[in-house]
Amino acid sequence: MTDMPIDTAPRPDTSRSLWATAMLRLKRNKAAMASIVVLIVLAIAGAFGPLVAPHSYSEVYPEFVKVRPSLQPYPQAEQVIPAAESALRRARVDLGGIEVEDGKVRIPVSSDSRDLDPRISRYLDRSDVFSNAELTIDAADPKKGMMEASVQELYFIMGTDANGRDLFSRILISLRISLMIGALATAVALVIGVAYGATAGFVGGRIDNVMMRFVDVMYSLPFVFFVILLVVFFGRNLVLMFLAVGAVEWLDMARITRGQTLSLRRREFVQAAEAMGVSSGSIIKRHIIPNTAGTVIIYMTLLIPKVILLESFLSFLGLGVQEPLTSLGVLISEGAKNMRNAPFMLFYPAATMTVLLFALNFLGDGLRDALDPKDR
Amino acid sequence: MTREPVLEIDDIRVTFDTPDGAVEAVRGVSMRVGQGETVAVVGESGSGKSQVMMSAMGLLASNGQATGSVRYRGQEILNLPTDKLNKIRGAKITMIFQEPMTSLDPLYTIEDQLCEPLMIHGGKSRGKASARVLELLKLVQIPEPERKMKAYPYELSGGQRQRVMIAMALANDPDLLIADEPTTALDVTIQAEILHLLADLQKRLGMSILFITHDLGIVEAFADRVYVMRHGKLEEEGETAQIFNAPVTEYTRMLLDAEPSGTKAAPAQDAQVMLEGHGVKVTFGQPAGFLRKDTQFTAVRGIDVALRQEQTIGIVGESGSGKSTLGRALLQLLPAEGRVVYLGHEIGGLDRKGMRPYRDGLQMVFQDPYGSLSPRMTVSEIITEGLLVHEPGLSSKERAKRAAQALEDVGLEPSMRNRFPHEFSGGQRQRIAIARAVVLRPKVIVLDEPTSALDRSVQKQVIELLRRLQKEHALSYLFISHDLAVVRALSDYVMVMKDGAVVEEGQTEQVFDNPRASYTHELMRAAFDLRGILREKLA
Amino acid sequence: MLSYALRRLLSAIPTLFIIVTAAFFMMRIAPGGPFDQERTLEATVMANLNATFGLDKPLWQQYAIYLGNLFQGDMGPSFIYRDKRVHEILAEGLPISMQLGATALVLALVLGCLLGSMAALRQNTRTDFGVIAVATFGITVPNFVVAPVLSLVFAVMLSWLPAQGWGNWNQMLLPVIALALPQVAVVTRLIRGSMIEALRSDHVRTARAYGLPARMVVVKHALRAAILPAISYLGPAAAALLTGSIVVEQVFNLPGIGRYFVQGALNRDYTLVMGTVVIVAIFVVVFNLIVDLLYAVLDPRVRYD
Repeated sequence: MTDMPIDTAPRPDTSRSLWATAMLRLKRNKAAMASIVVLIVLAIAGAFGPLVAPHSYSEVYPEFVKVRPSLQPYPQAEQVIPAAESALRRARVDLGGIEVEDGKVRIPVSSDSRDLDPRISRYLDRSDVFSNAELTIDAADPKKGMMEASVQELYFIMGTDANGRDLFSRILISLRISLMIGALATAVALVIGVAYGATAGFVGGRIDNVMMRFVDVMYSLPFVFFVILLVVFFGRNLVLMFLAVGAVEWLDMARITRGQTLSLRRREFVQAAEAMGVSSGSIIKRHIIPNTAGTVIIYMTLLIPKVILLESFLSFLGLGVQEPLTSLGVLISEGAKNMRNAPFMLFYPAATMTVLLFALNFLGDGLRDALDPKDR
Repeated sequence: MTREPVLEIDDIRVTFDTPDGAVEAVRGVSMRVGQGETVAVVGESGSGKSQVMMSAMGLLASNGQATGSVRYRGQEILNLPTDKLNKIRGAKITMIFQEPMTSLDPLYTIEDQLCEPLMIHGGKSRGKASARVLELLKLVQIPEPERKMKAYPYELSGGQRQRVMIAMALANDPDLLIADEPTTALDVTIQAEILHLLADLQKRLGMSILFITHDLGIVEAFADRVYVMRHGKLEEEGETAQIFNAPVTEYTRMLLDAEPSGTKAAPAQDAQVMLEGHGVKVTFGQPAGFLRKDTQFTAVRGIDVALRQEQTIGIVGESGSGKSTLGRALLQLLPAEGRVVYLGHEIGGLDRKGMRPYRDGLQMVFQDPYGSLSPRMTVSEIITEGLLVHEPGLSSKERAKRAAQALEDVGLEPSMRNRFPHEFSGGQRQRIAIARAVVLRPKVIVLDEPTSALDRSVQKQVIELLRRLQKEHALSYLFISHDLAVVRALSDYVMVMKDGAVVEEGQTEQVFDNPRASYTHELMRAAFDLRGILREKLA
Repeated sequence: MLSYALRRLLSAIPTLFIIVTAAFFMMRIAPGGPFDQERTLEATVMANLNATFGLDKPLWQQYAIYLGNLFQGDMGPSFIYRDKRVHEILAEGLPISMQLGATALVLALVLGCLLGSMAALRQNTRTDFGVIAVATFGITVPNFVVAPVLSLVFAVMLSWLPAQGWGNWNQMLLPVIALALPQVAVVTRLIRGSMIEALRSDHVRTARAYGLPARMVVVKHALRAAILPAISYLGPAAAALLTGSIVVEQVFNLPGIGRYFVQGALNRDYTLVMGTVVIVAIFVVVFNLIVDLLYAVLDPRVRYD
């Protein structure tokens, strides 16, 4: 009888905590793993991209307004001659046949009335297209000369915006802003929400009632409208934006944490700890927090995209960050205004935003599947 | 075996596709149910007994696959297209399930739900169907059938819901009724009523019944023939009397043997009183107040109890009798009125901090071995948590030693201490929970249904363990359970509770063999003489 | 139930009061005023203007006057659209915003239930993954991207539909789609999740075991239970539609109330902003009430007393 192996021994392979099992499950989820890679790339791009980008996000190239994205350097060959002509129009000289060769432009110049002024080379330098302009005046005839200048090689792989700023650099900086707001506002929501919800759930009774009543009232306020008011009236500053967005989003967090805490309090392992005389503080630390952490993490990954969206929404309305700083919402809004003649201005920021949000959502879903196996 | 077969199952196999690979739940099982016959399928949890029927009825979870053959009166029905299968299920073959609480749709009235199969299979109009529903509800003896017809499931008790399910099963005069653990979630007295109803209906209507259960008591009282299943295979089959009197396989013998046995001798008359309660009363809810109804409800109505050293007091009662609440109140885990004295110290009404010095002597083991261990802590962390509170001076090495010793005490390998609860079976988890209590060297342990969630065979091992620990450490137990057989085996004194009050108390033998209160009498018969009840009532 | 509805309506009054008060004072503490923009007005003219609109009185007095007027249904004069009262402006825009929002809401519910059930019934098949992809797209891509892109593709490039204006159905189509898409996505996900759970539930197993036709099992027993979470989402959804319409109205140049809010806020048109806040707050409160009542109708276990 006793040799009946009914209480089967646990599998002899390695012992895994729930966290380790969850990570294994996550690793099997290809979409989530790809999302992690994408997020890392985007985060690095946002953090370091603006430092190494060829253009500053605020540098304006008046000659290159709304140029199309291209892997070829600007100016393109056919642009060089008109650019030289327009640059030298104010020099009031006659131009001969312009030659372009090996990144250099050679322009025979002549004047009918007066000697050539060597300073007219500045007209070329002032243009975004040329640099190192030099004028060699014909020794025999000071009214004639040859201008030489290097043609710039400017890369605008995503084109430029309506002010002639490099879109790629602007997307990099806006990634930084969006991710920063996403992380900070989520942190604000997380801290307020978890502290509030855990307190209400653990203390319970009348205090819990009052606290959750307050949350209910807050829920029925048209919060987005308040955020808009806040931002409009108190100026557009980044810190305020974190606070405003965080203050809107903590409600869900509080509700979720409270629900979790309440259900954990009724679980027998918490009662067992109470029966052993474990103090409230230790119960919260050892039993409540580790068991709510999963839900909180899942919710956090899903909160970040919500926050980014809210920020973009405000920026879209023109209430977000201010020029020359920018965010994805601002870029999309500008793109929308220019989509008829420069659709790429909408496409690239919108695509970046979509990729970012997709990655965050997939990661959130993946984490939920991994941490909450009853869902499978 | 001369009866014409209604259902024939041949070499059925059920496989589930899980993230960890394919799992074979049923591995080649064949069964037969004859006309008017009552057949029981017995097995412990995980034996695949339910899955056989689920696959026959096309109710497998979406990741399940069944092969083999299931014939209803000669017609193959396994993996039949749904529309063809629907001509048989609900009409010729009907089912009742274990969970009366969730098996009915909470959003529709009883009448709505009972009318559906009548209208679909019987082609009845709504009016005629309604009339038949009333007839059926009367047939299953539901009180006030006219009113209950209009009620929603949540307004009925568990037993009444199961009667409704039976009414639904009988609606179209089926050939075969499959009952999947229909009484497991019910109290014993209700169980006896439901079984009687089923037996009575079968006698009158003549359908076959296939009864799936883990409870051998029911099988013996109820079935003509038995199939014993284990690990997805048939272990043994035969006439009920033959299986019970002369089981062939060792497993069946072990199952029959697993019924709790033995008795406990009472402690000496002058044994020290460890824990005493005087007039313990627990009230939940709040009195009426401003804009608020009175929600007060007295769960325990002034109970006296005195637990001596090495004594085991069994507290029995059905759900809602207040037995668990009493246990928690004595340990000051719930606010309660009345006096509680532990070893001469008045502990009634002490707050958390005031109770702390006494907690190591007063421990508790809970019912649910899955819920009572923190899922994110290792076994050793779980067991030593109490030591951190009560013996803070111990070094981590000493704590580890104590944990290892406690594990050995409850019959587990000390090397398992770095594993997590989810890696253990139910019985092992209950051992860990017991180790957590024992490591503090308590004097009194309140055991709240510690064996109820376990299979009989595992239960037996836990009972042995509790007996051994009691002897070795001179423990006093307060053993709370609805399972009378277990209480009889473990305790020397019994208190029977009903509606928050003690109906009867006394020495175990006396209460079990010569109950004075009629309620106790009813309880004992329902638990130990099911066969007698059925025979008597059907005669 | 009726008394519950009444009590809930009464309890909405303090909520509205809090909203009005918070909005009023928040706006007034902020720097700037409605007449700052109009070049530099002479001090006397400025004083005159302020007197006309009552801005020279102490703040609490202005607040009292505003509340008093509000009770009589007067939201005061607009500071920017000088010849109109605020409630007149809102009365013109409200029907449009409501029509837009209601159509989007209905579309979200119908499409969401359909797609969500389809995905749940064919869990882990291509249909399911397709629906999940569409839903994720809808949730991910904000309507300030969807709206301009729709306008670009269907109005500018293909010239199938007008890019702006309001009146007939083809002018409604693009704004409604842009507004509804995120809500369709959320409802689809909610329904899919709760439907999968419902299909696994014991009472659906009972329905199947009793040979009810598949359609009846799905619609009557599974969907009826699965729709409940989507119903409770309707309250927040109503709010989302109102705020979403700010963007959509701007992109498609619709004369709804959404645009007045942003414009009003930027222009410090105090009364106009207050007006929109009050309207939106009433909407949210009423919708939450409707949702609660609807829930009670659909789920007999919920009883209010």
